[in-house]
Amino acid sequence: MKLSALHQSYLNRRSNSFRSPTSVDSSVDGSGKSLIAVFWLILHCLCCLISLVLGFRFSRLVFFFLFSTSSTTNLYSSAPFRPDLPVKHLDVHTLGRRLDPGANNLTVAAATAKSSRVVVGRHGIRIRPWPHPNPVEVMKAHQIIERVQNEQKTVFGMKTSKMVIAVTPTYVRTFQALHLTGVMHSLMLVPYDLVWVVVEAGGATNETASIIAKSGLRTIHLGVDQRMPNTWEDRSKLEVFMRLQALRVVKEEKLDGIVMFADDSNMHSMEFFDEIQNVKWFGTVSVGILAHSGNAEEMVMSMDKRKEMEKEAEEDSSSLPVQGPACNSTDQLIGWHIFNTLPYAGKSAVYIDDVAAVLPQKLEWSGFVLNSRLLWEEAENKPEWVKDFGSLNENEGVESPLSLLKDPSMVEPLGSCGRQVLLWWLRVEARADSKFPPGWIIDPPLEITVAAKRTPWPDVPPEPPTKTKDQMPLSHGGKTVVVIPKQQQHSTKIRKPKRRSKRNKHEPKLTDTTQVSSSSSKRQERN
Amino acid sequence: MKNLSSLSAIILFLFFSASSAEQTVRTERISGSAGDVLEDNPVGKLKVYVYELPSKYNKKLLQKDPRCLTHMFAAEIFMHRFLLSSPVRTRNPDEADWFYTPIYPTCDLTPTGLPLPFKSPRMMRSAIQLVSSNWPYWNRTEGADHFFVVPHDFGACFHYQEEKAIERGILPLLQRATLVQTFGQRNHVCLDEGSITIPPFAPPQKMQAHLIPPDIPRSIFVYFRGLFYDVNNDPEGGYYARGARAAVWENFKNNPLFDISTDHPTTYYEDMQRAIFCLCPLGWAPWSPRLVEAVVFGCIPVIIADDIVLPFADAIPWEEIGVFVAEKDVPELDTILTSIPTEVILRKQRLLANPSMKRAMLFPQPAQPGDAFHQILNGLARKLPHDKSIYLKAGEKALNWTAGPTGDLKPW
Repeated sequence: MKLSALHQSYLNRRSNSFRSPTSVDSSVDGSGKSLIAVFWLILHCLCCLISLVLGFRFSRLVFFFLFSTSSTTNLYSSAPFRPDLPVKHLDVHTLGRRLDPGANNLTVAAATAKSSRVVVGRHGIRIRPWPHPNPVEVMKAHQIIERVQNEQKTVFGMKTSKMVIAVTPTYVRTFQALHLTGVMHSLMLVPYDLVWVVVEAGGATNETASIIAKSGLRTIHLGVDQRMPNTWEDRSKLEVFMRLQALRVVKEEKLDGIVMFADDSNMHSMEFFDEIQNVKWFGTVSVGILAHSGNAEEMVMSMDKRKEMEKEAEEDSSSLPVQGPACNSTDQLIGWHIFNTLPYAGKSAVYIDDVAAVLPQKLEWSGFVLNSRLLWEEAENKPEWVKDFGSLNENEGVESPLSLLKDPSMVEPLGSCGRQVLLWWLRVEARADSKFPPGWIIDPPLEITVAAKRTPWPDVPPEPPTKTKDQMPLSHGGKTVVVIPKQQQHSTKIRKPKRRSKRNKHEPKLTDTTQVSSSSSKRQERN
Repeated sequence: MKNLSSLSAIILFLFFSASSAEQTVRTERISGSAGDVLEDNPVGKLKVYVYELPSKYNKKLLQKDPRCLTHMFAAEIFMHRFLLSSPVRTRNPDEADWFYTPIYPTCDLTPTGLPLPFKSPRMMRSAIQLVSSNWPYWNRTEGADHFFVVPHDFGACFHYQEEKAIERGILPLLQRATLVQTFGQRNHVCLDEGSITIPPFAPPQKMQAHLIPPDIPRSIFVYFRGLFYDVNNDPEGGYYARGARAAVWENFKNNPLFDISTDHPTTYYEDMQRAIFCLCPLGWAPWSPRLVEAVVFGCIPVIIADDIVLPFADAIPWEEIGVFVAEKDVPELDTILTSIPTEVILRKQRLLANPSMKRAMLFPQPAQPGDAFHQILNGLARKLPHDKSIYLKAGEKALNWTAGPTGDLKPW
């Protein structure tokens, strides 16, 4: 801010300061004038040399301290020299300035009779001995930051947020852990209160319970006695039944919030949960349909076919893989976009593990959200266009949540009228014969197995089991564990006593890399 | 029975309305030592007469250098414009409570934009001579009911260097007048008792243009952008900012909580809105536009300047809004800031969020209710009514017209 101005004054001051020693001179005897001038010159050269040696500017304040007896309130001790600054040309003014205004300041101060605690002049730069962050303080600072951010969220974010009631139909199968973990993590990230209603086909099992218990969320685990059927169509019918069971529980427990249908293989974005807070009674969002097929060739073919179909496509069925509300130009709901299943006609999966595209229903439940008060028997302001949930007859064929309404035109489109796709629908399941360890815990632990000389290849059926040992049957599809029957142990170098299967179950074995053994346990096969 | 039920209904209604009012405490009312005066309307409380000075004192200076409208001393120009069209202005000087002299002493800029104060004393002196000879009101009180806007570094001491400014002191002719200045430091020669401290000018439109949504979380703990060492004028350090800025750098350059550097980022305003604390250390003078920016962007100002007097100190309780750190305590700045209880921090943020607080720091064009112009007028109104003793008897002289350095006495 003071660059050129100070530069000008700096030059002035230089000339001034040259005058000041001479004013000092004038008071001295004339014969001593030359002596003093020579003295100043010698001092100047001495300071130059010292600065050259030291590598930084050597202030002649030192000499002033040594020789001066007058105390001025301006001086502070130990301005730390900064050795990394470049050596600049020395100026006399620091010394001259001290001599001159030293007396002046005192008189001025005395005259105005104001004593300031704060003094003008050179001050020390205070540096503490260990100028590094203190970890305890860093933690405290982070807690402060977190608290401030929470306050921001409550003040500027949602005013009043409603509880989210997530309804998930599931059943035990190989991919259950995969799907449920995904949904679980999405729900754990939801910043609002949440209740997770998990409905399980085949009764409530410990397997599912152990998975959902890891979430730490409030869960309601229901069981439905029917087993999940093998075809996609029947499966979706059972899922509808299971969801209605969950809604009944919502009604009985009088849970107050927004019901959304989180199918266990779907993927939800966080914006979805923020958007559904805006629903008043019954809303719908756009769902991205990921109708994959197991076969890449099929996929390409279907895409070509789809292109052909698009040319002849009707206007009201969308060619985008999105299921959601359709609005007119004034953002009013006029209908729904549904997934065009024509390209997949005849080539869609029927059984759950078919290698073909899995198609969604006409209207998937996951694209709808409703206020739980619609389900209650008596709720204030409940609109008339809602059927009474208690008297809903399932045998009449409830396909989509719209069956709960008398008037589907009262549905609120969310996500800027369906322009935002907030969640994705996907159905992918493992092969019918796939197995997985219960609870995904391998117990007892697998041994490291090393092929012995006379290892049978996987194709060769293993020799019949001996004694009481069970062996894990090999299945096609390839497994990484090669199980060697017990007789082969004789060919190994190190001998170990034969273990009984019962012991194996209870004690973990110490493994030797050269030892060959079979992992034995009664494994439950699950499909 | 009916009366009882209706009474209980009323009581219940009051209870619920009171409890619901408590839920949304987003801001808090600000009241300083003068009371809850930030939103006072000065209209009707005072009358200001604006002298008609020749344009060489104001308009010509501005025409010569229009940069005077955008630098941080532009308050003097905008105050003049505001007063010309304000309802407190009166054309009749006999009924005026305060007299304003439209003079722009800080409008003499170097090519790089820094104001040179060397001619300002002479300009001021010449203006006062004009006023005293053409109107009787100056001589009536020797300027005690006149006010001047002197926003330069050290106010009416008219120098940028503190030692020289202290040497000069306040211009002798202005010793009875009220000074509206940005500089404020207790027990300092250049701050007169009755002065009104104002914030430096910061461009309101530019700051409004950089606002970000308030729900973006504040993730920076401490933020500062600016010089720590003034290498050109104070290479050794210890002189600039009394060594405080250098101490901040040396102690906290390795600390990840402190986002401090000498950069000039384009996202400076946005970054301030993402920070919880913003450092406002002194520089060559104790005040800086950083305070205004911190208040507007909701960042708690950490003021490191001993004995500073902040703007509108009687209307705004700065101790409750900002954090004051003594210069000698700078090495412990991190301990000080992390040991502030979170409730106190949240309260400070609520006070800062009060829109009247933000309005009071700005000089918007055109003027809006509650802005800095109105706070100045409120401050002037609080000094009314004038004490009878300011009116001098005939022939009595209080000012010494020949005091001051000889260079000042030359005509301008």
